[in-house]
Amino acid sequence: MNELFERLGKKILVSFESLGRFAVFVRSLIHWVVSGYFEWKQILIQMLRIGVESMPVSVMTAFFTGMVLALQSGESSKHFLNEPLFIGTLVSFAMVMELAPVMTALVVSGRAGAAIAAELGTMKVTEQIDALYTLGTDPIRYLVIPRVAAFLIVLPLLTVMSDFSGIAGGYLVAKIKFGIAPNVYWHDIIDNMRIRHFVHGYIKTYVFAFAIALICCFKGIETRGGAEGVGKSTTAAVVISMVSVLILDYFVTAILVALGIT
Amino acid sequence: MIEAKGVKKSYGYRHILRGIDLAVETGETLIIIGGSGMGKSTFLKCVIGLTAPDDGTIAVDGIEIGRLKNDRDWARYRQKIGYLFQEGALFDSLSVWENVSFGLRYLTEIPPYRYRKIASEKLELVGLKDVEDLKPSELSGGMKKRVALARAIASDPSYILYDEPTTGLDPIMSDVISDLMLDLQKKLNVTSIAVTHDMKLAYKAASRIAMLHEGKFLAVGTPEEIKSSKNPYVRQFIDGKSVGPIHMKLRDFDPAEETEEQGRTRVS
Repeated sequence: MNELFERLGKKILVSFESLGRFAVFVRSLIHWVVSGYFEWKQILIQMLRIGVESMPVSVMTAFFTGMVLALQSGESSKHFLNEPLFIGTLVSFAMVMELAPVMTALVVSGRAGAAIAAELGTMKVTEQIDALYTLGTDPIRYLVIPRVAAFLIVLPLLTVMSDFSGIAGGYLVAKIKFGIAPNVYWHDIIDNMRIRHFVHGYIKTYVFAFAIALICCFKGIETRGGAEGVGKSTTAAVVISMVSVLILDYFVTAILVALGIT
Repeated sequence: MIEAKGVKKSYGYRHILRGIDLAVETGETLIIIGGSGMGKSTFLKCVIGLTAPDDGTIAVDGIEIGRLKNDRDWARYRQKIGYLFQEGALFDSLSVWENVSFGLRYLTEIPPYRYRKIASEKLELVGLKDVEDLKPSELSGGMKKRVALARAIASDPSYILYDEPTTGLDPIMSDVISDLMLDLQKKLNVTSIAVTHDMKLAYKAASRIAMLHEGKFLAVGTPEEIKSSKNPYVRQFIDGKSVGPIHMKLRDFDPAEETEEQGRTRVS
């Protein structure tokens, strides 16, 4: 019994310690943002890496999600209303407000977030992070801020691409499978969709981008214990950022709904 | 001059440094020897400010580390000190010349258009030519060490700290690195501290040798003094004997005790 409490206590201590280090990490991030030294070249390099690497997979994911949405909604409305109605409305609302932001964030955290955690983790265990200090800079300034900034710029752009890609996927199925005329599909979208619906999804992507970048950078920099440590922190970074995206999605949606942006 | 007074450092319950007092005079090369895990690298990390001592003070040219307040103070402090990491710690994503000139941007006011030229000069000082555009992954172990050394001296520091400069190198390359340390000492007139367990390097490059054991200095003296030391700990270490007052166990358990223990279990 004692051993159980000991273990539990240890676990709680470790998690609080980790939380404390995360707070120090965020404070340091704020310090460097406020100081105004930005590594523009690094931001650009990271934007290219995160954006270009993740674009094909996120666009493809959204395209097929749009297709399956159209198929499901078309079949359901055929069942209840005897004809496939409002496919465009359903696909566009689901994609723009919910699925494109969330799925893009999940795909990018698996693709680019893992790469960041592994890269920074390797830098940590090979003393490259220490080397940054001895050469007069700081890992937060040189490594973390460019990655967070790149995420904040690139993830919303990828999400917009996913919006279009998903709607295009839906269109393909609506036309080929259900024989819906193009103008009907597009009118379904234009007549019902408002700017605020787009803003709703767009705001979410910034929250996701910030969370993923912060978690993956933190986990990378906190890596200990050689190759095994890098593996562990990469896995933890991806799992925590994916779960965080889903949890944050609910709370951000609740706030946006309360603010009337829906 | 580097001056350490009563430096203590612990990680959890492990007391790594138990009160280090040391003065390194300007222009000398002090080599710290001692077994693995005795706190040699930790001491160097305290000097460069990668880890903060729990107690005691370290001052370089009269500037106390504990009193450095902001990033500018730290940059000014670190400009004085070049640090050679054990495995080089070169940035994989950058080319050799970008690695060498990396610190110039943060530690000096030198304009960027001169970086490449300075990198080539420093690389030449460590005996490398035409490697500027290679990536660290294309270099051999010895070349990596030299590039790392070129990076450590790029901002013209007054002090160089070497963390195990010859570990992982063949005997000839180790000797080349020792020569390089002596050569840099002459050309740049730097003060150096190197930690190593390579006695050949210690005898060749040191002005003084200090032996660290269980977080304290056991002996400090010239290479001749250390060679003729009667201290049994120092003797055991420099002669490389497994038997002596320094206990480095062959295994973590005592086989005799183990057998006895098993026997007892069987009887009961």
